[in-house]
Amino acid sequence: MKLKEFLAKNKKVILERWFDRIIDSYPADSSNFLRHERNRFDNPVGYTISRDIEYLYDALCGGMADDRLGTCLENIVRIRAVQDFTPSQAMAFIPVLKDVVKETLAGQTGDCSTDSELTDFNRRVDRLCLLGFDVYMKCREKIYEIKANEAKMRVYKLLERTNLLDRESINEE
Amino acid sequence: MAEKPKKPQELVQSIEYKPPRKRWMDTPVEFHKGTFNYSAAVDKLKYLDLPYPRKWQPTEEDWQLPDNWQEIIHKGFKDRLDKYRSFRVFMDICVRCGACADKCHYFIGSGDPRNMPVLRAELLRSVYRNDFTTAGKILGGLAGGRKLTVKVLKEWFYYFYQCTECRRCSVFCPYGIDTAEITMMARELLNLVGLNIDWICTPAANCFRTGNHLGIQPHGFKDSIEFAVDELEELTGVRVNAPINKKGAEILFVAPSADYFASPHYYTLLGYLALFHEVGLDYTWSSYASEGGNFGLFHSYETMKRLNSKIYMEAKRLGVKWVLGGECGHMWRVIHQYMDTLNGPADFLEVPVSPITGTKFEHARSTRMVHIMEFTSDLIRHNKIKLDPGRNDHWRVTFHDSCNPARAMGLIEEPRYVINHVCNNFIEMPENTIKEQTFCCGSGSGLGTDENMEMRLRGGLPRANAVKFVHEKNDVNILLCICAIDKATLPPLLEYWVPDVEVGGIHEMVGNALVMTGENERLTDLRGTPYPEKEGGENV
Repeated sequence: MKLKEFLAKNKKVILERWFDRIIDSYPADSSNFLRHERNRFDNPVGYTISRDIEYLYDALCGGMADDRLGTCLENIVRIRAVQDFTPSQAMAFIPVLKDVVKETLAGQTGDCSTDSELTDFNRRVDRLCLLGFDVYMKCREKIYEIKANEAKMRVYKLLERTNLLDRESINEE
Repeated sequence: MAEKPKKPQELVQSIEYKPPRKRWMDTPVEFHKGTFNYSAAVDKLKYLDLPYPRKWQPTEEDWQLPDNWQEIIHKGFKDRLDKYRSFRVFMDICVRCGACADKCHYFIGSGDPRNMPVLRAELLRSVYRNDFTTAGKILGGLAGGRKLTVKVLKEWFYYFYQCTECRRCSVFCPYGIDTAEITMMARELLNLVGLNIDWICTPAANCFRTGNHLGIQPHGFKDSIEFAVDELEELTGVRVNAPINKKGAEILFVAPSADYFASPHYYTLLGYLALFHEVGLDYTWSSYASEGGNFGLFHSYETMKRLNSKIYMEAKRLGVKWVLGGECGHMWRVIHQYMDTLNGPADFLEVPVSPITGTKFEHARSTRMVHIMEFTSDLIRHNKIKLDPGRNDHWRVTFHDSCNPARAMGLIEEPRYVINHVCNNFIEMPENTIKEQTFCCGSGSGLGTDENMEMRLRGGLPRANAVKFVHEKNDVNILLCICAIDKATLPPLLEYWVPDVEVGGIHEMVGNALVMTGENERLTDLRGTPYPEKEGGENV
């Protein structure tokens, strides 16, 4: 069986394992909630991860050209960029997919994919991870931009009246 | 000596992406940048006569606690258990059913188990068991008790300043435990040993000194209101009267101070001014009670009482009949649930009666203070104002129930009634995110600082997630709210999670829609945004 077929056939189990690994990055006392609460408004973190890793997976299996890839990647990274993670912890949810696929492959009997197919898949995962770091940095930069703007907006009218604020410049920001 | 750098192989192996599997009680707190608030300035603590003013920061190892700090807190704990029966009941009756566990916005957004309300309360309850119950005194840890150590104290500081006192968890508690009051008690205890945050104590000290959080003095206040009157005239062509400190006026109007110096609050202020003028209200502002908010609520009973008293002292001094309050959030928690025993009953005032409609606001019989949403919805109900909701057609509106008006005073229908009369495009967010189940902005109760931004963005995720849903599905482009903290903290929250959605107040929409006698054709809304031209060159 080709790797592509294997990934398609085992999509459900791989996604479940990938989701579990990601949820394992949260404290044990919280993981039950994040894993099992299905309402998208009561559990936005678990819901977003569960929904969007499927798009990421499909994109990885079928090439990386899908427009939704960027949106789905951003939805997850945006959350993890403000949570209590170091940058590497925040982004580890992507490369962990390589382990999941490898483990799932190991459990299979019979002829399976070639090393070169797996290497190619892993390379795509690495590229996704690098794209993820771009998003992560964009989010972190946004946080600092927001902090600076918030200080201005808090006393916007006072600054404006004392001519300490150029209305155009803040609008441009 | 500097630590020897690790070899590459060791370094790679030392990376651990799973958190350690420890019990929450055994996991020490780490103060990461972006997730806590700075300590209170010494001069502000002195101004409020608060104990143990000193320079310290949460990231420092030594918090310079007084030598007998454990004794101070133990005594403070006992005093409060004796004084507040509710506090003792809340300490005793929780059966840890877990109904509240997943209801806190901080827990939902962060995944930190100590943000489950039941566990946050457990931080205090474990010390209560150890020190004040027989089982805890004998069995200690086996009975869920633990000694109050510096580590526990740091945990208190970290997590009780990660509760916005929004009370969403209380809605789901089968015993009605008010978790916000547990947080309030914990903050009072921390204050006894000089552990306070600046974003609460500086506004409180400013308010105590000048009457508002920013410390604007009477001449500055007058200047601000006059500036707004000028701007409203430019926008509408109508020169309104905005009396300040007018003795003998019928009504004292008190708004959150952000309404006259921050954006987007300011457009709400323009809305108030236009409305009061149009209905010919005999009212006055006060340059001394120039703040509706009360950061004392986030600090202690005594501070709350001192700040609240200003409104009533001014009402007495000016000889008004009753008090009207603006679009503020926690002001209404103070008025509805504490005012009576703080400084009330306000029996020198009259039971509020709308001079325009004759409606008697019986529910305000004791506090003599009416919310502006009640006042305006009553005006609309009696057909006393002419409205053109088409002037808000550029907005596709949703409404965030601010925690305190919704949960502390049950103000659910009035804002919706007003919105439906002043806007043509109103879309509700999903049911489990609004009304009494509303999600907090994540920055209330004095936590809306820049240094706490990451924690705020985590806490605000559930709210923003629901806004994002209606933005994507229904093209919603403005989130209305009736709380000054919301108006200050939702814009940065949405800028991160849902760019392209603005934040505004309901009276901004009222001001846009209000057809004023003698007004010029409105070329722009109150923000100065031009209306699209109609066919034939006319504006809306």
